[in-house]
Amino acid sequence: MSDNYGSIMKEGLWGQNVVFAQLLAMCPTMAVTTSGTNGLGMGLATTAVLVVSNILVSAIRHTVSSQVRIPVFVVLIATLVTIVDMAMNAWLHDLYKVLGLFIALIVVNCAILGRAEAFAVKNGVVASAVDGLAMGLGFTGALTVIGLIREFLGAGTLFAQASNLLGPAFAFLEMKVPGYGGALLMILPPGGFAILGFLLAGKRILDQRLEAKAAEAAGCAIHAAT
Amino acid sequence: MNFESFREKIGYQPVLLGTFALLASGALAWASGATGDSIAAAEAKDLRDSLSEVLPAGMADNDFLKDTVELDKDGKPILIYRARKEGTVQAALFKVSERGYSGEIQVLMAVGVDGRVLGVRVLKHTETPGLGDKIEIKKDPWVKGFDGKSLGDPVPEKWAVKKDGGIFDQFAGATITPRAVVKAVKGGMEFFSAHKAEISG
Repeated sequence: MSDNYGSIMKEGLWGQNVVFAQLLAMCPTMAVTTSGTNGLGMGLATTAVLVVSNILVSAIRHTVSSQVRIPVFVVLIATLVTIVDMAMNAWLHDLYKVLGLFIALIVVNCAILGRAEAFAVKNGVVASAVDGLAMGLGFTGALTVIGLIREFLGAGTLFAQASNLLGPAFAFLEMKVPGYGGALLMILPPGGFAILGFLLAGKRILDQRLEAKAAEAAGCAIHAAT
Repeated sequence: MNFESFREKIGYQPVLLGTFALLASGALAWASGATGDSIAAAEAKDLRDSLSEVLPAGMADNDFLKDTVELDKDGKPILIYRARKEGTVQAALFKVSERGYSGEIQVLMAVGVDGRVLGVRVLKHTETPGLGDKIEIKKDPWVKGFDGKSLGDPVPEKWAVKKDGGIFDQFAGATITPRAVVKAVKGGMEFFSAHKAEISG
């Protein structure tokens, strides 16, 4: 496996993006992306869990036999999420009130077990940490983008209540479109599916364009060589 | 025998699983102990904040979080917080709930000894965002419409949304939600007037 951190980052953020390429973690994706702030918060919490779980899984990968690895990883991830849940409730209580419901949902986020299985168990600790960070940030980005679009179309705001999540210094992010009440459908589940569909189609088109361009460039290079 | 082949032995698996289960329980017990006090304090502060929101300032000089009485309402116990001033009860604060459009709506209300509503807030609900969630004070001042009302003003028949011949507004596209909140508050008022003596005691 690759120890090239740059390519791990690129795969996590774009090529193997949890939401847009692997289509994993659809449950939290649909549930929390009713606003940009919710998406961002959920993404960051997931990133934290993903990095730590990747590090731990990678660290114990020689001890755990392949027969019982899945229950061991499940126990590990569930413990981790519960600790994050308790710690946030205790020390970041205001943020917990916004995200509380979603923290427990991280347990069922198959992306975390997915990364443990697909990457951390085969790679070193540092590479796994980078992979967790990249996948987490890719997930955060996807959730924030879907959340922002749904929030903008559905409620006419951007980053509403961001200061609750990030502190009063980020109140400038909160925007409201004057005179637009919003299309409720976008906040409801059908809006989530519709927006995700458009984004997936958009990514496909973009990827195809990039591929065609790369092929063209390669073709030119061959042509020039002959 | 090297570790690679030892790892595949059947006896190794339960030991490994047991060790991890033990480690996980230990970590959880430690985390629970480390966070327990802070969580309890944060939740008490939440409760105090929400109670203070329905109770007008200056109504109480006691710690109403500690001055409670438990009574039966429709077969379920509910906890009543009593706000006192110089020893006499000024107001009762309690939670009532009612089924809304998509689940339980939890309402916190404060009633003065004169039988008037001091304040109502919706604590928890799962109503449709954008339609039913106008019962939240953050979204709409609708819930303040209860302030100052009592069981005689308006008369009991008028304790309903306008569509049902009452005095409280419904929302465009959502009648069931405000209807449920009105019903919950009315039920709370009836409960209070039926148990006034026990609460003031």
